[in-house]
Amino acid sequence: MARIGVFICHCGENIASTVDCGKVAEISSKIPGVVFSTDYKYMCSDPGQTLIKDAIKKYKLTGVVVGACSPRMHEPTFRKVVASEGINPFFCEMANIREHCSWVHPKGEETTQKAADTIRILVEKVRNNEPLYPIKVPVTKRALVIGGGIAGIQASLDIANAGNEVILIEKEPSIGGHMAQLSETFPTLDCSQCILTPRMVEVAQHPNITLMSYSEVESLEGFIGNFKATIRKKARFINEELCNGCGDCTLKCPIKKIPDEFNAEMGKRPAIYVPFPQAVPNKPVIDKDNCTHFKNGKCQFCKTNCSAGAIDFDQQDQLITVDVGAIVVATGFTIKGTDFFPEYGYGKYKDVVTGLQFERLLSSSGPTLGEVRRPSDGKVPKKVVFIACAGSRDPAKGIEYCSKICCMYTAKHAMLYKHKVPDGEADIFYMDIRAGGKNYEEFVRRAVEEDDVNYIRGRVSKVYEKNGKLIVRGVDTLLNSTPVEIEADMVVLATASVAHSDAESLAQKLHISYDSYNFFSEAHPKLRPVETNTAGITLAGACQAPKDIPESVAQASAAASKTIALFSQDLLTREPIIAVSNKSTCVGCFLCQSVCPYLAIEREEIKDRNGNIIKTVASINSGLCQGCGTCVAFCRSKSIDLQGYTNNQVFSEVSALFERSEEYV
Amino acid sequence: MKIGYFPGCSLHGTAPEYEASLKLVAKAADIELVEIEDWNCCGATAAHSMNRMLSIALPARNLAIAEKMGLEEVVVPCAACYSRLLFALNEFKLDEKVRMNLQPIIETEFKGNIKILNVLDFLEKYVMDALKNKVDDKFKKKAACYYGCLLVRPPKLTNSERWDDPLRMEAILKKIGIDSIDWSFKTECCGAGLSIARTDIVGKLSGKIIEDAKDRGADMIVTACPMCQSNLDMRRGAINNYLKKDNNIPAIFITQLIGLAFGYSEKDMQFDKLFVPISFSNNNFSNNNDNLKMQKSKVKEVKV
Repeated sequence: MARIGVFICHCGENIASTVDCGKVAEISSKIPGVVFSTDYKYMCSDPGQTLIKDAIKKYKLTGVVVGACSPRMHEPTFRKVVASEGINPFFCEMANIREHCSWVHPKGEETTQKAADTIRILVEKVRNNEPLYPIKVPVTKRALVIGGGIAGIQASLDIANAGNEVILIEKEPSIGGHMAQLSETFPTLDCSQCILTPRMVEVAQHPNITLMSYSEVESLEGFIGNFKATIRKKARFINEELCNGCGDCTLKCPIKKIPDEFNAEMGKRPAIYVPFPQAVPNKPVIDKDNCTHFKNGKCQFCKTNCSAGAIDFDQQDQLITVDVGAIVVATGFTIKGTDFFPEYGYGKYKDVVTGLQFERLLSSSGPTLGEVRRPSDGKVPKKVVFIACAGSRDPAKGIEYCSKICCMYTAKHAMLYKHKVPDGEADIFYMDIRAGGKNYEEFVRRAVEEDDVNYIRGRVSKVYEKNGKLIVRGVDTLLNSTPVEIEADMVVLATASVAHSDAESLAQKLHISYDSYNFFSEAHPKLRPVETNTAGITLAGACQAPKDIPESVAQASAAASKTIALFSQDLLTREPIIAVSNKSTCVGCFLCQSVCPYLAIEREEIKDRNGNIIKTVASINSGLCQGCGTCVAFCRSKSIDLQGYTNNQVFSEVSALFERSEEYV
Repeated sequence: MKIGYFPGCSLHGTAPEYEASLKLVAKAADIELVEIEDWNCCGATAAHSMNRMLSIALPARNLAIAEKMGLEEVVVPCAACYSRLLFALNEFKLDEKVRMNLQPIIETEFKGNIKILNVLDFLEKYVMDALKNKVDDKFKKKAACYYGCLLVRPPKLTNSERWDDPLRMEAILKKIGIDSIDWSFKTECCGAGLSIARTDIVGKLSGKIIEDAKDRGADMIVTACPMCQSNLDMRRGAINNYLKKDNNIPAIFITQLIGLAFGYSEKDMQFDKLFVPISFSNNNFSNNNDNLKMQKSKVKEVKV
């Protein structure tokens, strides 16, 4: 026979001002099985907890119902109290009489009655509770980091430095990401490659890091601590063991006019190429689509000129399966091209470029070796117009968010341009200047005051070509909406930062959620900004939302620390709120398998003594199950139950609600 | 085949050459245009800034009459009328309040099943096929296709793709051997309704359009809207004032060109109604200055 104690909390005035807590305690005492009932001002306080402990001892309680706030607040607190007295913590339930009652109803008898009813149904639940025990799962102490930009590099180094193995995969031939493409970085104007390349080398040389460039995630199975990832290592047609990175092959390649991705298509590269001189690994890759050998088999210049004999035209994609315990997703972002803007000519004007392209023109490793020369005729532009918020913050373009980095990099671009072309003029059209960040506002002021960058507050309606000039037509909203027309030599669009085109398919492979813009979603926007809703998978950098370098690095270190904390345990403890299947009643329809969002349901063959299969039933993987209960609702033979919320428990709560007799009023 | 036809005030007023050419083009494609009986003003420019229900009821009455006449489609050659009729039909479909309140105002039943075609829709749907083998060397001229504002915008209403840089007129003209220039002023404002009140503004806005078309080597501006055409053609006085030079690039309706391709004469197409002269006859494309001088007195007459 259950011996249940009921403890009603006043929560100061929060509950007591609308609910008569004393009366609720009194009504509760009449429920069969309740042997003790009381109320107290702050049940979560130390004296409140002691009160519960003493009552458990004195009345030999077997279950506890606390009528207080949301279980999200204090369920762990009270379960710990109960456990300390030797009772299975799952015999402690919280009745939410604050958020669900006192906060949302006026003071009155009905409110008190609702509180009493809420307590009563929870007492019924406790009566039907069963002891549950935490689930232990082992941990593979090896992390998979997806994406070798600055976020992925930082996360890999942090995890590896803590003594764990890391597999870093990068879909491009080299790690480095967008940061490797930048000239200088705001707000200090230090050279981007100079601060990045030491980190890249560190990754390459770290004994705990296995770098797999030119590789992508093919599929992912498993659960926290026990993932199994299949990685596609794309054929680069180079034997990486033999290649010594001399670069002779790239010089001999007769195809030389392929738009260079690293230079944002501002330069040209051969069909066999290393993306940039500091590439890690410093091994070339053959662009199969543009290689003469792969087109018609006629050319083997690179092969005949390779002294190391490293060219291997027969190389195939490899599928490699690895066991990992945690995953950091750091796949970054991309930007919209100029062809996204009909009003600026659908990308048809050569001298209208994106911010990333301008970055390459400023960079000393870029196609112009750091001289600002416009793409159409190679002349030095004397008037450059920068357009901020190109696409961003524009519902008509379908991109309603702020891309966050553009205000700062546009100020940087204008500043660097003025440093390189002192007699040139830089105009910036902007909506607002968002320079929130350490030393950011000062940086923008410096652009205005020291470098004479002309800021015009207003939008640009049109860019068109006339007599070799680009006419930028806009409005100055600080001067009474005066129309402005500027004859520019070059226009730079701070185009919106967006998710990669394959972000959605990657999210589906990893079973993580993503938002309407295909940025990956964090578990909680404020309190769990690094984790995803899938345990064991964390996010770093701009794959979650547009971010600058310091933010990406900070988040990468945070993701690494979550991973390291996970790896500090030998066994993982999980709440046992998961589904369990009854294998004797399961009919094996596997409807549950098709609806499970976490792929937690497996097929299990039941065999007789002779090893013959009698039937195939659903078996729930306790490591993967998140306890959502979808399978329970779908099960036609009622063979699946959610531990802690069994059908029996829920029905007893519901029937208790409708069996209110006189004495409970 | 019969298709409804809503001329609006322009085609019975300032743009008779548009009406004449459209009707003959339709005839050549075996289509009879049936004018909506007792039609009224579409409400353009004034009604929609004054009273929403009026701006819906005026065009809706025309559509309701067309429906009653058993017409399934109606061609609306004026871009302003087209926009207003499309707007009214859209509001009628989306807004239940409009559906409930409309009938007592227009005193006719309206189901909203009618389809509205602008001139480009009409040409694409019914005339394009008849233009096979109509390529003619006399048309070897560069056109600047000018759409103006309301033929393609607002995109949510017109369902246009590339509303900043449409390519539909170009495709139609290609059928008769006219190549078009790539330019940035296809959907600029011509000054439209300010034609009478602020001719100076029309001069500036239309002037920019004319200047760019000429700078890019166009021989003529081709339009599909009577407002655009009248501003670009008739307001040369104000335009030349703004540009501080005379410009002889003609502005012509697309239907006039298509009509020529079907073998009608320039007289049939009422080329004489154009202020800035143009002629394709005897392979002697003329829009030269002598002609312009001849016409200059005419230009001065209408200058405000």
